[in-house]
Amino acid sequence: MNLQRPDPDALLTRVQAEEARRSEGKLKIFFGANPGVGKTYAMLEAAHEQRRDGVDVIIGVVETHGRVETEALVSGLEVLPRRAVEYRGTVLQEFDLDGALARHPTVILIDELAHTNAPGLRHEKRWQDVQELLKAGIHVYTTVNVQHLESLNDVVAQITGVRVRETVPDSMLERADDVELIDLPPDDLLQRLKDGKVYVPEQIQHAIKNFFAKGNLIALRELALRRTAERVDQQMEVYRRDHAVVRTWPAAETIMVCINMKPRGLRLIRAARQMAAGLHAKWIAVYVQIPRHLRSPQADRDRLVQAMRLAEQLGAETVTLAGEHVAQELLSYARGRNVTKIIVGKPVRPWWKEWIFGSTVSDLVHKSGDIDIYVITGEAGEGTPLVRRDLRRTSRAADYAYASLGIAGATAIAWLMFPYFAPANMIMMYLIAIIVVAIRLGRGPSVLASILSVAMFDFFFVPPYFSFTISDIQYVLTFSVMLVVALVISNLAVRIREQAELARSREKRTAVLYAMSRDLAIHLGTEMLACLATKHLREVFDGQVAIFLADAERRVRLQLGEQLYFELDPKESGVAQWVFDHTERAGLGTDTLPGSSALYLPLVGSTGAVGVVAVRPKDAGLLLDPEQLHLLESLVNQVALAIERTRLSEEAQQAHVRVETERMRNAILSSVSHDLRTPLATITGAASSLLDEESRMKAADRLELCRSIYREADRLDRLLKNLLDMMRIEAGAVHLNKEWHPVDEIVGAVLARLEVPLRDHIVNATFPADLPMVQIDGVLMEQVLINLIENAAKYAPLGSAIDLFASAGDREIVVEVADRGPGIPAGEENRIFDKFYRAQPAREGGVGLGLTICRGIVEAHGGRIWAENRTGGGAVFRFAIPRQKEPPPMADEQAETKHASS
Amino acid sequence: MSQDVTILLIEDEPEIRRFLRTSLPAHGFRLYEATTGQAGLTEAKARNPDLILLDLGLPDLDGTEVIRLVREWTSTPIIVLSARDQEQTKVEALDKGADDYITKPFGVHELLARMRTALRHVARVPDAVESVFSVEGLRVDLGRRQVFVAGEEIHLTPIEYKLLTVLVRHAGKVLTHRQLLKEVWGPLHVEESHYLRVYMRQLRNKVEANPAHPRYLVTELGVGYRLKTE
Repeated sequence: MNLQRPDPDALLTRVQAEEARRSEGKLKIFFGANPGVGKTYAMLEAAHEQRRDGVDVIIGVVETHGRVETEALVSGLEVLPRRAVEYRGTVLQEFDLDGALARHPTVILIDELAHTNAPGLRHEKRWQDVQELLKAGIHVYTTVNVQHLESLNDVVAQITGVRVRETVPDSMLERADDVELIDLPPDDLLQRLKDGKVYVPEQIQHAIKNFFAKGNLIALRELALRRTAERVDQQMEVYRRDHAVVRTWPAAETIMVCINMKPRGLRLIRAARQMAAGLHAKWIAVYVQIPRHLRSPQADRDRLVQAMRLAEQLGAETVTLAGEHVAQELLSYARGRNVTKIIVGKPVRPWWKEWIFGSTVSDLVHKSGDIDIYVITGEAGEGTPLVRRDLRRTSRAADYAYASLGIAGATAIAWLMFPYFAPANMIMMYLIAIIVVAIRLGRGPSVLASILSVAMFDFFFVPPYFSFTISDIQYVLTFSVMLVVALVISNLAVRIREQAELARSREKRTAVLYAMSRDLAIHLGTEMLACLATKHLREVFDGQVAIFLADAERRVRLQLGEQLYFELDPKESGVAQWVFDHTERAGLGTDTLPGSSALYLPLVGSTGAVGVVAVRPKDAGLLLDPEQLHLLESLVNQVALAIERTRLSEEAQQAHVRVETERMRNAILSSVSHDLRTPLATITGAASSLLDEESRMKAADRLELCRSIYREADRLDRLLKNLLDMMRIEAGAVHLNKEWHPVDEIVGAVLARLEVPLRDHIVNATFPADLPMVQIDGVLMEQVLINLIENAAKYAPLGSAIDLFASAGDREIVVEVADRGPGIPAGEENRIFDKFYRAQPAREGGVGLGLTICRGIVEAHGGRIWAENRTGGGAVFRFAIPRQKEPPPMADEQAETKHASS
Repeated sequence: MSQDVTILLIEDEPEIRRFLRTSLPAHGFRLYEATTGQAGLTEAKARNPDLILLDLGLPDLDGTEVIRLVREWTSTPIIVLSARDQEQTKVEALDKGADDYITKPFGVHELLARMRTALRHVARVPDAVESVFSVEGLRVDLGRRQVFVAGEEIHLTPIEYKLLTVLVRHAGKVLTHRQLLKEVWGPLHVEESHYLRVYMRQLRNKVEANPAHPRYLVTELGVGYRLKTE
């Protein structure tokens, strides 16, 4: 494929990546072939240069190892205080990441990128600290030696015989904006070593002679130079791509590396990484899970997870396939992905096993077609024993006893058949028994059954009877065939069983996913979803599960419900927030805070993180199983999407409510400001006229002005009272001071208060004598009646009657206020209780709050209020107050004296 | 009113003080002012006023606390000036010994009426209980234990009668539910306000022409009852 111009999509991706990188800090690596070449010194010198230019440079962590020249360079720079971490009784002075983030310098110096942090710190490795610093926009200067590079780890081990445990992913070197190679010829280095100017790291102290052999130094120097050159090469290529330099591009290569649970997985991955880097190819790490792996011991699974994680770190895509035939699955996947090269490990089984059972590698080679197969040496003799030990463990002793019993049973039946049937039929009986044993009890017992059945057959049914000796030599063939057939049948039966198990586990997984997605789909509300998700996750991962959801300030909070229980370790309280902020997993089984007891996964929706899931299974090993981890990821994805969906719909809802509220508030403001200003205008006007010294107003006019001030002030007062009542009701701040009240007494109090406004109307109040008392807040109920009666007086023609009734039902007491006014416009019966509703111009304008307040108070009492047009004209307002219980008993006075006056 | 009637106003709002300073002397009262509770207490001791007008929302002391301290040494009538939404404090003030209350905003006529009632009540105390109380159509002869409505004698149960006499003795003044319950039923029954309401309704049925719109026995919702004197 020849490309003349850059692919626009690829270009876009790169531009986006660069956009993202722009906000991040720049990384400068001082790269060396081995300790002692002067990386730290060079870094400090560069720092001083920056400082002279006025840049804010601080030392995050620098190891001088007591070297005088280096220490002299440190002295002029600000040094970030170390963080003391206690670990197994000793106090370690570690780099203080949070301190650095808080201090936020322009440039920070971080020595020894490959350093492993003390347990308990946020990240396992220092390079992860550096990543976080870069993300925070801080420029980092750091140092690293070539032997610490992940992909060169094996090569260096081969050269020097020392395996370095502290590694840095190659991606760090690749993402570096600047790599400065600190080079020192081997002879000079050896001289410095002799002068005691080189600090020797612990891990190579015992191998110092070997490590610093001149040959090694030359080889390491070459590696470092080559690695740096490779980087320059890459930069060149990027430049070419960006500028569409015409050139023959290599065909796009895709490399697939197959790993299993064997220890050489890591080596395979490193090899694949190197090949991929050399070819500029993308690469995929694939693991095929076959039924047998379901029962693998923990150590093997750990190894697999480790290998997969390494692959991910080195930039591979990782895939888990499931199937019976490894080679077949690999090839079909490889074809689907246009893989051009497959890397596999060299088989480690003995030749005869290969010959009998076949091997994945030879299958691959035979069926691969145009795909190249690369076979890479494994470290022999380590893989098999693990599996064998495992086999022994999975079948219990009892299973073997049952297998023996089964064969005994078959022998008994055969014994009954013996007089009537040919010996061949006896063999059939045994085969049936073997199949049953294989299906029920597994591989080991079925092998035992196969051997036992041959022995039994020989002992009971082959002359001479009751002896293992045989008279006829032809039976040797019979036995051999019988044994082989028995073993083959048992093996097949076991496989069927294993496949059934695999199918069952897949079925279970699908069922769990389905059940959860169904539950999540039909429920709304983030709390509810969190609760459901927790329930489902707990069903799969026996133990504690918790969900943290983010609030508006992007702080995550633990969601607790009735059945939710999660012991939040105080040391882990910040983990969830960290996971949320970085959308990276942390905790158990990860590189970040691996010491914690739970695994924290971000809930990532399409628009970013919405929360965090914490899982603390009873069996911590469960989370290391790639199958389970995969299931967990699928579940967590579902939860994230469901929560995001709900969040979005809630947000839409809130936005709608906000618009409505805003509209309402504007209506209130315009209405209130008008209603407040009118009386104020009158008061101001009247008062200013009275103050006017030049006016020659008559005394009667002055009095009239004073009256109008008084009237308008009174109106203003009522308006304010209504508004305040309204606000209290709306805020839900109404506190009911309930006492037993006779309704007629309240009506009496209201009529006394409204004497003046009601003087132009006839008020008829009729109440049955036996009207029971109700539990109400007297003051608020008075307000209801005042508003209703005032409302009636406002609309009813002067001189007309306002009628008040009350009646008691079993459940409630109904009070009504009826007038002979114009009535309520049809269809408006409910709207009149709305805020700021005004039916029509009344004699005295109100704000339109009175009825709303009535409704608020009545509803606070658990009652209802409604209005209708009265027969014969006018409106009638009714409200009902529930009679919750009977009034308390009274002390009976009848026993006492009847008359006071006699 | 005689020129000698002295009023102590304890109020922190300058505009309210100004308004009372101009209107009260016009009606023949001499006004002393204090802006804090402490100053008010000192002033009360120094001037020994005939009546105290006390704002409940003072900056330094709680209004009810001022009442308690004043009541330690004098029974000078106290009228409380309360803001709205202070039903509870109002009742508390009355229970602590305030004689009456008036809700802001108030007119000067309303205030003068309350002040007159309070002062008249004090004036009556030295002569012990007047034997006959009479207002419009209602006449209560305390000496002969007789009650007349529009000239007709009516019969009351002992509790109804006792309730009426308590109101008569404090005629014109608001009595809280607690005060009435304590006087009529005794200190053990001060919480059982429904007793009071039931008897008040019975009493109204006998005394009032229209019990749904009472003329004499007025309900002060959330506070108590008052027997009207005019």
